[in-house]
Amino acid sequence: MSRLLTAVVTTFVLLGLWQGYVWLSGIEPFLLPGPIAVIETLIARHELILRHLGTTAQEIVLGLLIGTTLGIAAAILIHAIPAARRIGLPLLVISQAVPVFALAPLLVLWLGYGLWSKVAMAVLIIFFPVTTAFLDGLRRTEPGMLDLASIMSATLSPFRRTVALMLHVRIPAALPALASGLRVATGVAPIGAVVGEWVGSSAGLGYLMLHANGRMQIDLLFAALFVLALFSVLLWLSVDALLRRALPWQPDSFAR
Amino acid sequence: MGVLPGTSPEASAEGGFGLALRGLSVAYGARTILRDLSLDVPAGSTTCLLGPSGIGKSTLLRRVAGLIDGPGTVQATDGRPLAGRVALMGQGDGLLPWLDALDNVLLGSRLRGERADRDRGLAMLARVGLADAAESRPATLSGGMRQRVALARTLMEDCPLVLMDEPFSAVDALTRLRLQDLAAEMLAGRTVLMVTHDPWEAIRISHAITVMTGDPATISRTLKPDGQTPRAIDTDSARDHWRQLMEALGEMA
Repeated sequence: MSRLLTAVVTTFVLLGLWQGYVWLSGIEPFLLPGPIAVIETLIARHELILRHLGTTAQEIVLGLLIGTTLGIAAAILIHAIPAARRIGLPLLVISQAVPVFALAPLLVLWLGYGLWSKVAMAVLIIFFPVTTAFLDGLRRTEPGMLDLASIMSATLSPFRRTVALMLHVRIPAALPALASGLRVATGVAPIGAVVGEWVGSSAGLGYLMLHANGRMQIDLLFAALFVLALFSVLLWLSVDALLRRALPWQPDSFAR
Repeated sequence: MGVLPGTSPEASAEGGFGLALRGLSVAYGARTILRDLSLDVPAGSTTCLLGPSGIGKSTLLRRVAGLIDGPGTVQATDGRPLAGRVALMGQGDGLLPWLDALDNVLLGSRLRGERADRDRGLAMLARVGLADAAESRPATLSGGMRQRVALARTLMEDCPLVLMDEPFSAVDALTRLRLQDLAAEMLAGRTVLMVTHDPWEAIRISHAITVMTGDPATISRTLKPDGQTPRAIDTDSARDHWRQLMEALGEMA
């Protein structure tokens, strides 16, 4: 309860400072609107904002699903197949070294102004943290567990043994590491979608913000930004709660 | 307590075999851990490998288990391959934290894609006194209880050869004594090769004690205490054995 109170008080103090600055400085509302003006716009134009949120949310969720699936598959392949390791690891690092922002115009050119160029942006951003985190987890299986499982499965063919160890020991043991990667991915996925929208689109919160900015509707820009931030935080909290529920054996505590 | 399939001495002695280790060498990079080591492990009894930490006891055990390769041979005295007839109990409990105690006991059949015999798994847990903990995850169990789950998992595999790598080194003294009793009782009749750095543990539960010293490690002495296991350690003969073992350990130091 006290935590909630702290959060509410902090928020109101910050909003108060913001509103106070707008009132005292007499700054033009098209440069910096106060929070009251932003809330008024949010209420007045909520239909417009929610419609664009729908597009952005779709891009983010699709990006997360596809990026996570690809990341998991890539990590398993890189771990299990030596050839995939030699080719995949350098590719993985290169994919991260190339700034995705620089690729955004290309993706729009190739995939069009619609949904999929933004989904692809989100996938590109998500893929790396998911793959590296999961791969790390797969590589760090406790040797004692592997020794034990190897002896227990000694009568299987080498292929079936590798598969059994992967399914029953390595992958479950790596799930907490995958969860860390997913948390990072969930945090950065909105960046991918919004950058994609800035570069070329006709819908989404990123498009709305750019559009509002161009028309000096800074109150609308702030309202869209607020909704985007709120959505991102809620998404992250849901994913975090889901992951914690799915991995109940993980020790979980903050500093006391 | 009733006799369960695979836990009675009669049942396991049937498929029993000893081990003949010949000329085993293991090196990690430039460092030779074992050189040309030979040892006979008699069938149906417990042989202890005693030596200071870091001498290569665990390496030898991993070589016997086939987890590492190297020159030399590891053969069963009945001439058949070892694969599928060896169970390992390691230094840590090796329990999978995401499985409950029962599923950990059933891990072997799960890995091999066999149907898991839950009733037998539950019976094994009951044998080590953990019938009520079947649905508990390892994190909620004490160190001693986790080792007992590991023991139940080892017994569940029902292998004539059991390799143990300081299985009780992580628990307190009193729990260790109880676990040694339990292990000695439940592994009776099987061929057990156990490594330990604790002379008392060796005296308590083994039929033959082999001392490893030197670098690269060699076998410096083999001692055969008499009487039944688990042996009391507050007797004159136990103290005498202890003195002999400490002497043997000190020779090369």
